[in-house]
Amino acid sequence: MTGDEIRRAIVRISHEIVEKQAGTQGLALVGIQRRGVPLAKRVADAIEEHEGVRVPVGALDITFYRDDLSLVAQQPIVKGTDLPFDLSGATVVLVDDVLYTGRTIRCAMDALIDFGRPRAIRLAVLIDRGHRELPIRADHVGKNVPTSREEIVKVHVAEIDGADEVSIARQVRAPDAGTADETGTAGN
Amino acid sequence: MTTVASAQTDIPATAWHHRHLIDLDVVSWPEIDLIMRTTDEMKGILARPIRKVPALNGRRVTTLFYEASTRTRVSFETAARNLSADVVSVAPATSSVTKGESLVDTVRTLEALGAEILVMRHSVSGAPYLAAEVFGGHVLNGGDGWHAHPTQALLDLYTMRENLPGGDLRGRKVAIVGDILHSRVARSNIWSLTAAGADLWLCGPATLLRGMDRWATAWSGGAIPGHGRFNVTSDIEAALHDADVVMGLRIQRERMQGGLLPSLREYAARFQLNAERVSLAKPGAIVMHPGPMNEGVEIAPDVAISGRSVITDQVANGVAVRMALLYLLAGAHEAAHGETPL
Repeated sequence: MTGDEIRRAIVRISHEIVEKQAGTQGLALVGIQRRGVPLAKRVADAIEEHEGVRVPVGALDITFYRDDLSLVAQQPIVKGTDLPFDLSGATVVLVDDVLYTGRTIRCAMDALIDFGRPRAIRLAVLIDRGHRELPIRADHVGKNVPTSREEIVKVHVAEIDGADEVSIARQVRAPDAGTADETGTAGN
Repeated sequence: MTTVASAQTDIPATAWHHRHLIDLDVVSWPEIDLIMRTTDEMKGILARPIRKVPALNGRRVTTLFYEASTRTRVSFETAARNLSADVVSVAPATSSVTKGESLVDTVRTLEALGAEILVMRHSVSGAPYLAAEVFGGHVLNGGDGWHAHPTQALLDLYTMRENLPGGDLRGRKVAIVGDILHSRVARSNIWSLTAAGADLWLCGPATLLRGMDRWATAWSGGAIPGHGRFNVTSDIEAALHDADVVMGLRIQRERMQGGLLPSLREYAARFQLNAERVSLAKPGAIVMHPGPMNEGVEIAPDVAISGRSVITDQVANGVAVRMALLYLLAGAHEAAHGETPL
């Protein structure tokens, strides 16, 4: 995906989110660290542009909710959770870059529920690459990208990586299930 | 010192690879910084409506305290529960230790009973090293003899960073006053505070500083990479003058045999942290004490509860620091054993 394609996908997702909610009332966006956070901000920007309303945006770090602490050779660095609004009664749209096994999303839902009781949780992702290991699906998808497990989907966003791009690479070394997280990127 | 200076500027993400934490002498500055940043996140958890995350779900933490303790033990157990670990608490006074079971046998037994992380306190310096030799999991030192109390030093460091403008200890004057000789807190703080680049002063009666000046002299030429020099003095005014941090240490009455002090009253007259002495420090200086306090001996009651005192912050931060360490140690398992992750 090019930068333009990413931009269009985000604009479309922003329309879908508002359409599904029938407005912006009670809507909140929560980006999953790390690349979900800038993506959530962009979706909020797009909503603001066509609805004239700024929906609250938060950031969620799911490190302490992962079930594979003993499987990772080194702990993922914690990047911080910031939810500056009350989740109770809100429709929370989780935003992440890549949907893969579904385990990150499961952790994110566990984490969210510790902060309050949202009326509903929805999921928006830029890329759905398949290979789910849990019964989880996205409500809003930027692009479906059929992949093999040996491939790595790399999502680059300007806020973190300097440019917007999505690319697929072959994994160089043997797949390392322990470190393969939702994004499946080596550099995450 | 150059290593310290360069290490402290924009430290890159570092991995935790220590299987045990017994003292801070083997912990590098970037690793201490990792602990501090992980502690930040743990404090965030403590501020939530539900102060619990599943990070150590199903992990078994055992506390084995051969010496009396309230805050350290409760702090560790609270920290472990906040991470959803299962906690077993062994009190040697009511265990087979009273029947003559050795430390090694006790540790082996606890491992056979499923302990994965062993938090221990022992009156003999070095006891955790012995435990670590026979224990298959992780040993976390909750204080051994006069030797080390690493989690206290880390929570002290965290509290200082939190209360000093900019959160940077470099060049900040830290005065530790009291019974240095018997203090594992002081010894662990020497490692962390000299690594942090603080201007560290240890102060007390000469009898309670024994051996410290030799240690300080041995270090003064930058003998230990990554650690700065520190000062040892019996001149309380010099130690407190312009200090950013004033820390009192408990006069350990139970260890005061052999005429180390003429009397507690004599000590209080010369070294007690009272309002007048603390006023020698910088206007915004903070007052710390690892507890338990002998109020009226090493610290005046009004100083302990004054606006400068961060003693209760220390206690609260202790839980967060211990959560961070339990989390980091638990995750170090595979790496420590050199196993390939599944």
